[in-house]
Amino acid sequence: MRKLFLFAPLALFIGLGFFLWKGLYLDPRELPSALLNKPLPEFELTSVTDPSRKLTVADFKGDIALVNVWATWCPTCKEEHAFLNQLASQGVTIYGINYKDDLTKANDWLRRYLDPYKEVVFDPQGRLGLDLGVYGAPETYVIDQKGVIRYRHVGAVDASVWQDLSSVIETIKGEAS
Amino acid sequence: MIRALFLLVLFSTSSFAAIDAHNFKSVEDEKRFHALAAELRCPKCQNQNIADSDSPIAKDLRTEVFRMIDEGAEDESIIDFMVTRYGDFVLYRPKMNSQTWLLWNGPFLVLGFGVLVILAVVWQRRSR
Repeated sequence: MRKLFLFAPLALFIGLGFFLWKGLYLDPRELPSALLNKPLPEFELTSVTDPSRKLTVADFKGDIALVNVWATWCPTCKEEHAFLNQLASQGVTIYGINYKDDLTKANDWLRRYLDPYKEVVFDPQGRLGLDLGVYGAPETYVIDQKGVIRYRHVGAVDASVWQDLSSVIETIKGEAS
Repeated sequence: MIRALFLLVLFSTSSFAAIDAHNFKSVEDEKRFHALAAELRCPKCQNQNIADSDSPIAKDLRTEVFRMIDEGAEDESIIDFMVTRYGDFVLYRPKMNSQTWLLWNGPFLVLGFGVLVILAVVWQRRSR
């Protein structure tokens, strides 16, 4: 019994080593959203495609949808854009937040690379982005019919990320029925 | 002489990397601004506070802190503002709650455990 105590440091070492080893594979850039399960913040911003129109948070409600934060200055946004177009053509509702960008450039972009968004709001100062806790584009959120944030993804959306997003969407659909 | 130079180099490193022009209403406001900016962590560049970081998001957050101080907000409400948006992550000194309890008290628990072990060893040797 007393001899067993001699192994205590070894056990401690192995335990500590295990946690440190696990820590190597954690991505520190992946932050949980502070707004998870909270409603989208209020906003009143103009539409990118039609600057005479004001959009509010009510325009984002009604469907289970993706909310994509993007900008023309962000290379990764370009990378994911084709995939967003593909999702939109499959019938996924996507709303866009044009984050700290230029209106002319944003419209050029949507004309050149096609527009997957049901609505795109223009957030030149990044106020809405700040309220959402955005710290870099692109970010994509899953919202439910009531506009409550259910999932946040930081970085480009691709086929493997879409699997996560669509499983969240399926869960929300399951709740509704 | 060399020693003086050495000290100069040693103490001249703690400058703020990012400089914005803010017009503070008072010296106290400016002090509060620097204290808050030093205590809030930049969400993008994770090992810097928002005072040190040059990233656009850190600049936005500094502007926001300045705006709120200028409007007369309390430190507490500014910190709450940041936490509701970016989570506990932005705090370099995490708040004490059920999740961070172990983080704050863990060292004391380990210390207590060590003391217990020492006491046990001493007690055993005496009784022998």
